[in-house]
Parts: sequence; structure tokens; C-alpha cells
Amino acid sequence: MINIRGVHKSFGDLKVLKGIDLDVNKGEVVSVIGGSGSGKSTLLYCINAIEKIQQGKILVDDIDVHAKETNQDKLRQKLGMVFQQWNSFPHLTVLENAALAPQIVLKQSKEEAMEIAKKELEHVGLGDKFDVYPTRMSGGQQQRLAIARALAMKPDYMLFDEVTSALDPELVGEVLDTLRLLRDDGMTMITVTHEIAFAREVSDKVAFFHQGVIEEMGTPDQVIGNPQKERTQQFLSKVLH
Amino acid sequence: MGFSLFTPLSWNDSSFILAGILNTVYISVVAIVIGTILGAIVGFIRAESNKYVNMLLGSVLDISRSVPLIIQLILFTTYIGAMGYPLDPFIAGSIVLSIYTMAFMSEVFRAGFESVPPSMITASRSLGMTYWQTVRYVRLPIGIRAVFPSWLGVALSVIKDSALVSVIGYMELLRTSEQLISRTQQPLEILIGVGIFYFIISYPLSLYGKRVERKMAL
Repeated sequence: MINIRGVHKSFGDLKVLKGIDLDVNKGEVVSVIGGSGSGKSTLLYCINAIEKIQQGKILVDDIDVHAKETNQDKLRQKLGMVFQQWNSFPHLTVLENAALAPQIVLKQSKEEAMEIAKKELEHVGLGDKFDVYPTRMSGGQQQRLAIARALAMKPDYMLFDEVTSALDPELVGEVLDTLRLLRDDGMTMITVTHEIAFAREVSDKVAFFHQGVIEEMGTPDQVIGNPQKERTQQFLSKVLH
Repeated sequence: MGFSLFTPLSWNDSSFILAGILNTVYISVVAIVIGTILGAIVGFIRAESNKYVNMLLGSVLDISRSVPLIIQLILFTTYIGAMGYPLDPFIAGSIVLSIYTMAFMSEVFRAGFESVPPSMITASRSLGMTYWQTVRYVRLPIGIRAVFPSWLGVALSVIKDSALVSVIGYMELLRTSEQLISRTQQPLEILIGVGIFYFIISYPLSLYGKRVERKMAL
């Protein structure tokens, strides 16, 4: 379970998050929507301890992410993260990409890591690409590789940061399908996304971010289907039309 | 029958020439290996540090890169000798040539480390890798691939620059040939031969480099 309590985050004078409270239960899919600069991605970075916070607390399975005594490298093993840019390792084959972290971080044997990597790659539909170098693949395929690479670490949570934003439109579908697959597997996920229809379809909870605060939160039907706040309505009317 | 001070080049000279070739290869390899290792370390420090540290390191390295190697060799050897520590020409030459190589290699490696986008490093850390694991498994291999052609360029020029170590008395290929010239008075044949030897040493490396480059470009 992820508990976010009163989180404040600023970059210099710029306040990006101004008191965020959010709970993500096991097996839940939470989508975060909102305009650019609203702080949605920053929140994911804070959950994964890539960014520090100035105030508040983030607990992942009751571990305080930003506490001094927390081993953040170890914590990140619980949290898989996929970014807008897929960042495949260009010097490794697809299979080696997915098997690298299990080998060096989890100290699995090469065979063990390869076995798990193969399974995850097949799961995301890259079973025929093991020996290909990622630069030879499309953005959609590389993004699915990034997902498989994160899954090979057997994380308890997955964080998706606008994973379809950098993709050509015709490649968005295959990546969203992969996310649906994970939801069906029961993976706990936080997705920051601009795909409103997708968010409505897959999420248990939707949070609309505006200028560093959660303006509105609830079920997809509430927030996207029947928004109460004016800013939410404005945002949705802009992105849906 | 005229008496001559000079004896023409003969097959008996081949082992003398071979020793010169080996010495050239020897000092080049030493300088390239040490220069690469130190250059990788300094390049990494430069890629990781702020602009003040960088300016300081940069200006020190600039001296080594901007002062002609021949002057560095003579200054170093004479100074160390005058201080009462006369060094074997091989040792003195290796030290100066290694530092000179390091100065160029550090720029090569710095560019390599900087060629890895920050988002790649973040993605690696998010997989649970420690800082040093990202250096070892992501930044170093990707960086090396990116700058391999420049690395090879520096390595090849070090082989040729090693000829300058002859000025402090190291019997490498050029000095060997100078001695042969003074004995035989056949500069044309000998210098052409020496040139060919440098070519024979360097060319396969550059061919090999092109092959590796093609493989890495995958």
C-alpha cells in the first residue's frame, strides 16, 4: 500500500506539489490526470525517491521513502517505473536488457535472470525479439521492453509516467494493451497519463491534478464522467474535444 | 681500395631494427593502457563534477595537451635528473607519454560519459541499481561505444608520438633508425622503411577499429 500524506515539493522557488494526499491500495489502479506542469510526474518521481520532498511523508508498505535510514536502492526494487522515454540499453539485446537488473541487483544467476526475462518479454508480446538490439525496434516495442524490464524485477507496484506521450499515435494502442494486461494480472499501478479514455476504462480511482494540488478525486465515472469542479470540467472539455 | 667510415645496411641490422620496433610497441602500449585507465577516471570525475572543479582540472590538462610533447619530455627528464633522480629513458618516457595520453583520453571519456542521457541513468536507478552499478553496467559501456572512434584516434596518434621519446635516449624505432643512418648514410632507404613500419603497426589497428565500430553500431 502506498500512502502519500501532505507532500510538498519545490524546485527552488517553484512550488510543484502543495500538499498531496493519496492512498493506493494493493491491486488498485490509480490514474493521475491534469495539465502539464500540474505536478503529476513529479509525484511519481517523489514516490520512487528520484526526487526529494520538502514536507510530508510517502509510505510504501509502511517504509518511509524519504527517511534517512531508508535504503532507497532497495526500496526501488519494489517499485517498477516506466518513463515517457523508454531508455532501452542500446548496448544490450532485448533479452539482456530485461535480464540485467535481476542479475546485478537481485544477484540472480544468469540462467535464472534470463528465464524470468524471457517470461516477461513473452508476456508483453516480445517473445520473438530476444536477440534483437532495441534500437532496431519501434518506439512501441521499446516501451513494452521497458515495461518487461521493470517487471523482471518482480516489483509490487508499477509507476507509469506518460508512457505513451512520446509514441507515434499508431503505436499507443499496443502499449495501452500492455497496461491493460497488467491490470488484469492484478498489478498495483499509478499511471500518469493524457489518455483520458484509457484512464476512465482501467482505473479504480482518478485524481485530477491542478497547480500542485489534487483538485478532484474519485472513481473514473465521478471525475471523468461527471466532474464537479469547474477546473476539472475545463480541463476535460479541452482534452476530450 | 678506398677506406670508408660507413658500412651499408645489411641483414645483420634486422635484430637491431626489430628491437627498436618492439620498444616502440612497448612504450606505446604502456602509455595507451595507463593513459586510458587514468583518462577514464579523470573523464568520469570531469563529467560528474561542477564547473569549478572542471575549470581547475581542465586548465591542468590543457597544459599537458598544449605544450609540445617534445618539450615536456626534455623538461621532465632534465628536471628530474637535475633533482638527483636520473630516470631510465623508458621510465621517464612512459611517465610523460602516459600523462600526455591521459590528458587526451580524459576528454574522450568525458564526452562518452556525457553522451549517456540523464534519463537513461534515472531509468537504471529506478530498476534498483546503485550509483556505481549504473556507472559499471550502463554509463561505461554505452559511453565507450559512443567514443570508441575517438579513443582509437588518440591511441594511433600516441603510437606515432612515441617517436618523440627518442629525444631522451629511448631506443625506439626512430632512434634506432637514426643510429643506423649515421652509420650507413642511407637516410632515404631507412626512413622509408621506418615509415612503413609505423604504418604496419598502426594500420591494422585502424582497420580493426573500423570493424569494431561497425559491430558496435548495431
